[in-house]
Amino acid sequence: MATTARSGQLTLADLKGKVDPDWCPGCGDFGVLSAIQKALVELQIPNHNVVAISGIGCSSNLPGFINTYGMHTLHGRALAVATGLKLANHELTVLVTGGDGDGFGIGGNHFVHTMRRNVDVTYIVMDNQIYGLTTGQTSPTSRVGMKTKSMPFGNIEAPVNPISLALAAGATFVARGYSGDQKHLTELIKRGIEHKGFSFLDVFSPCVTYNHDNTYQWYRPRVKKLEDDARYDPSVWMAAMEKSLLWGEEIPIGRFFERTDVPSLHAAEPVLNDGPLLHRDPRVPPDVARGFIEELM
Amino acid sequence: MKRTFAIGIGGAAGQGVATPGDIFAKIFSRRGLNLNAYNAYQSIIRGGHTFLTIRTGPDKVTNMGDRIDLFIPLNQDSMDRHMKLLGPGAACLYNADTVQPGPTAEGVQLCALPVAELADITRNKVAQNTIAIGAGLHMMGIGFQSLEDVLQEQFKKKGEAVVAENVSVARAGYDYAAAHFTAFPNPLPKTENRYAILSGNIAMAMGGAAAGVKFYCAYPMSPSTGVLHWMAAHARKAGIMVRQVEDEIGVVNMAIGAAQAGVRSMCATSGGGFALMSEGLGMSAMMETPVVVINCQRAGPSTGVPTKTEQGDLWQMLGAAFGDYPRVIAAPLDIGDCFKLIPEIFNIADRFQCPGLVLCDLLLSEGRLSVHPRDLDFNPPIDRGELITGNNGTASSAPTNGSYKRYKFTESGVSPRAVPGVPGHVHTVATDEHMEDGVLISDEFTNPIKRREMMEKRMRKVAGIEASVPPPELWGPRDAEVTLIGWGSTKGVIEEACEILNEQGISANQLQIRWLVPLHGDAILELLKDSRHTIIVENNYSGQFARYLRSETSFVANGHIRKYDGEPFMPHHIVEAVKEQLAAQTKLSVPMHEIMV
Repeated sequence: MATTARSGQLTLADLKGKVDPDWCPGCGDFGVLSAIQKALVELQIPNHNVVAISGIGCSSNLPGFINTYGMHTLHGRALAVATGLKLANHELTVLVTGGDGDGFGIGGNHFVHTMRRNVDVTYIVMDNQIYGLTTGQTSPTSRVGMKTKSMPFGNIEAPVNPISLALAAGATFVARGYSGDQKHLTELIKRGIEHKGFSFLDVFSPCVTYNHDNTYQWYRPRVKKLEDDARYDPSVWMAAMEKSLLWGEEIPIGRFFERTDVPSLHAAEPVLNDGPLLHRDPRVPPDVARGFIEELM
Repeated sequence: MKRTFAIGIGGAAGQGVATPGDIFAKIFSRRGLNLNAYNAYQSIIRGGHTFLTIRTGPDKVTNMGDRIDLFIPLNQDSMDRHMKLLGPGAACLYNADTVQPGPTAEGVQLCALPVAELADITRNKVAQNTIAIGAGLHMMGIGFQSLEDVLQEQFKKKGEAVVAENVSVARAGYDYAAAHFTAFPNPLPKTENRYAILSGNIAMAMGGAAAGVKFYCAYPMSPSTGVLHWMAAHARKAGIMVRQVEDEIGVVNMAIGAAQAGVRSMCATSGGGFALMSEGLGMSAMMETPVVVINCQRAGPSTGVPTKTEQGDLWQMLGAAFGDYPRVIAAPLDIGDCFKLIPEIFNIADRFQCPGLVLCDLLLSEGRLSVHPRDLDFNPPIDRGELITGNNGTASSAPTNGSYKRYKFTESGVSPRAVPGVPGHVHTVATDEHMEDGVLISDEFTNPIKRREMMEKRMRKVAGIEASVPPPELWGPRDAEVTLIGWGSTKGVIEEACEILNEQGISANQLQIRWLVPLHGDAILELLKDSRHTIIVENNYSGQFARYLRSETSFVANGHIRKYDGEPFMPHHIVEAVKEQLAAQTKLSVPMHEIMV
């Protein structure tokens, strides 16, 4: 772990945000923030080349707590914003962070389309199966029967399965992490950042204030690492889909699926062959401009 | 009176109304003539009815005019709908095999074309159109060669046989007209000028390219889709990233993301899509990330009438997104201005780091106008404002040792903007209220004093925006009997109405508003203080601009001319309304549109 300062080396101290997180003590999001910081240090990506983009919600406050460039955008819109930013300067490392309500509820449309486009960003969802910042309502991943302020007699709606949804939408990297397992989560985030294309990490990040069903105690005995199964091959989409359906006494975490044969959006677009748009001459070359006008004459 | 000549072509969608229109437009522009074209159509791909008006002449043609000189109905429906528009001196060319003329005004020449005799209609399905073009051309006193040249270009991809077939069919129409019809008394003139013919949508797209737009995204929506089509087709040559997005919420957010990375970013939509973008505009304002959004208005509310024009979105633009924030709103005055405005509004949006909104409408977006190539300047001033990209040579990228404040308090309210990737300027922007360094004062550290300071910082930009936009001017005699006030796309038709009124002995002048925000209310009051009779002309029901002007200046006009039937004003609508208002018959005129489409 590169935590000691060497000349020009990125350290954990460099990534400490201007303010400390204001999450509730014990919130799973602390572990996710920490794993992101560790992953960036291990990959040695200069912090000025990293942009953390989020929506709205407890977990979406993350860009304020990490010393990289950041955009704390609107509820559900982080992936759309991130797509535009990545296409305008594809040399940046773009991390998108947020919660289950932000990503699978209000942002569901962008979630699906960003995956099919294979935009080269790493999307980390801190999935706590509840709306925290609005003080405890049912979320798109709340289980059937869960009692919340908005469904006091128990949820009667089936939850979305983010892993199956991501696989069906064409995500090229699909993983699930657990905030309670730092080492494993840090490795997953590193792999996600290194993946050339859209990487999706659904991370169990318990809400200690409002979700009394899916607690650390509930998760700890259930999560089983796919990496511990030597026979599991994450390049097989059908196997990943099958694994994604497991929920109960055993809940798989780890890398469900990865394929590397699909170019990311910016790599597939010839307009970007000459480098990032940011560094281009804003002027249309005179002969090209003349051609545009002559077409109309 | 202007020396103009107008052709009306009516038919069902899919019957080939557009092709004769394009052919006539090309021939006119190559004769050095100006032209203005407006297509009244319906939201249907095949069938229904469309009516295309092409008006041409040696001088500027700013609108569709009042008169059809040559009418080409491609089916009976079209004949039945529009024959009554023709007056003395006009002519109607029709296929005698399929169309029966109805009641006809005196002095109208009925020109029956025996299409089946002149062409093999089993082989050439649009023979009647080609014959009519040939016949019409002869009647306008234009040599056949110009048509042959255009047909060559039009059909060369389909091979020599198709070209020859079409040329011979056109020739048959041309010769038949020479033998049987009376030509118009004044042959169409010729000048040495050469014009480009373009729609407002193409103009705005090209204006974007000229402004240095590097990112354009959109969701298809009439009547804005033409901007996307031009951008997509020319993206690779112009070096612009063009994306079609899942919805307009995604569009505006994606555009802002690209803008945050430091490139000029633009999107276009219509009223419905703009409504979805509203929250995103607030983000652009709060993050102080400039973006330009075009709204091509169509008749609302809701899905409304997708293929019809209106100026009904002004208050939506004024009120878009909640909260107070600086914004710029401009309405292009004509199709040439659609081009010119885009670089101008980008410079203001960039300098003041706020959203720039363009309020266009279907009339300009989908209409066509001849524009002199010198008015399509691909080398306009580009002012990116205080932008730190670390690569542009002009802006500093020296590391600031953590002292960089993205939202630094300045006298102008503008804070130097570093983009991601620049060392030493790392910061987070947010939709929540924040301090100078970007740290939020929304959740844990709420602070009324800092909130007030930050509001005042952002709003200080308004003064700078006002200073960078010129006040409007009054066109025509200062002491005119009547002052017509309009905004945006009505410029041309009001201009012509003024000319007609002046010819008829009623002196008229015009105040046309291009910049809606900032409005320059004091300058407007100064211009209007001597006006003898003021009338506001606008394409909506409630007088949205009249209400806005009143709210900003307390100015109340003497009268109003409004139209909300989906069709644009014609000059005589305004002329007649002015006369009835000067005769004190009414203070509100709502002209009836005579063309039924």
